[in-house]
Amino acid sequence: MGDYYDKKDLADFANIGEFAPEQGSAFFDYYAKATGEGRLTAREKGLIALAVATTQNCPYCIDAWTNACLSLGVPREEMMEAVHVGAAMMAGITLAHATQMRKIVKKKEM
Amino acid sequence: MPAGAFEQRIGGPLTAAGIEVLQVNVGDRCNLSCRHCHVGAGPAGTRVMPRAILERCLAVLRASAIPAVDVTGGAPELHPDIRWFLRECAAPGRRVTVRSNFAVLLEEGCRDLPDLYADLRVELVTSLPSWDEEHTDRQRGAGVFRKVVTVMRQLNERGYGAPGSGLVLDVVHNPIGAYLPGCQAALERQYRESLGARQGVLFNRLRCITNMPIGRFLDFLRRTENRDEYLGTLEASFNPATLQSVMCRSMVSVGWDGTLYDCDFNQVLRLPIDHGAPASILAFDHERLRRRRITVGDHCFGCTAGPGSSCQGQAAAGR
Ligand code: SF4
Ligand code: SF4
Repeated sequence: MGDYYDKKDLADFANIGEFAPEQGSAFFDYYAKATGEGRLTAREKGLIALAVATTQNCPYCIDAWTNACLSLGVPREEMMEAVHVGAAMMAGITLAHATQMRKIVKKKEM
Repeated sequence: MPAGAFEQRIGGPLTAAGIEVLQVNVGDRCNLSCRHCHVGAGPAGTRVMPRAILERCLAVLRASAIPAVDVTGGAPELHPDIRWFLRECAAPGRRVTVRSNFAVLLEEGCRDLPDLYADLRVELVTSLPSWDEEHTDRQRGAGVFRKVVTVMRQLNERGYGAPGSGLVLDVVHNPIGAYLPGCQAALERQYRESLGARQGVLFNRLRCITNMPIGRFLDFLRRTENRDEYLGTLEASFNPATLQSVMCRSMVSVGWDGTLYDCDFNQVLRLPIDHGAPASILAFDHERLRRRRITVGDHCFGCTAGPGSSCQGQAAAGR
């Protein structure tokens, strides 16, 4: 069995519209608009995308957005800070969900 | 290098569409030894364009209607005849560009050149890979960023980079590693914010240039096992819209010994002009050269990736 994650598959991202070309091209239009320069700069969006990519454990997105950040001259220290924002958010979200656990425990325990 | 993959991709030969620029590579001596240098220049460089070849270049410029001359190296400032050559090049209606690393202008024996450049209204292009000192020095050597900024200030004082002065000072950005340059407009904004606001220096345009997989940069790619991925990225980013403006279509590049090339990348690879057009400045034939078939190879994917890369910077809109 081959590898689940193959680096070469990143190049196949361009073909994800296969089998559903209309939706695929709508996605690419949206993707380009959402990640392109707007009120936020390409650099700011690159760092957001990198943070999301790392929190979602997507090796393809991490590769693509690390390269995009390098291309935009983002220093490694800033990339790492963005990853920490993602990591802190993930920690916060996990802990915030403990509220449910705490509420249930408090309700049920004598 | 086989012409196969690139020529196949573009669906036939690439041909020149005129000669707008005569590029003159005066040699490979340089005060710096940048890690990305595709010509492999440095203090130990021994190639110096002989005076006789410089004279031939001038004769070609006079005889033909080539409107621009682009002087490069190495550091052109280290050529013993550079002052004379630039004075001879400067003529009404002819653009003269010098590609300078600027740090050289602080060296003993070169400090008179900013005044000469301003007198002759030479256009200056300098390489500054980043607006950040540490990043620039990583590629070009310790202390280079400070030196470049110092010289930019000196040139600003002479009017270079100031709007309306007509004295052009362009900055070249290239990636500090095995990745493609980002959007030129976005990077230019960053450079302006940092260089303008923090360093108080002016420039006209930022030009983004893709690192070519040849020379010292190729050594780096090989050493770090980045070569295959980098070449794959260049090829996968091929953008046919860039073919209109690749520099070889409007330029002839003269090597230090008078050999003619389609560009200075081919010069490094020792791929002279071919396909029946003359390959020496001694046999310069405007008519045959202006419509020549260009000698291409897989390194040409470096000029056609994404928004494209030429000595003018990104040439086409991104895909
Ligand atoms: S890149 Fe330019 S400044 Fe650096 S070593 Fe090469 S010729 Fe010299
Ligand atoms: S490397 Fe670039 S400029 Fe040189 S021949 Fe190829 S496409 Fe033309």
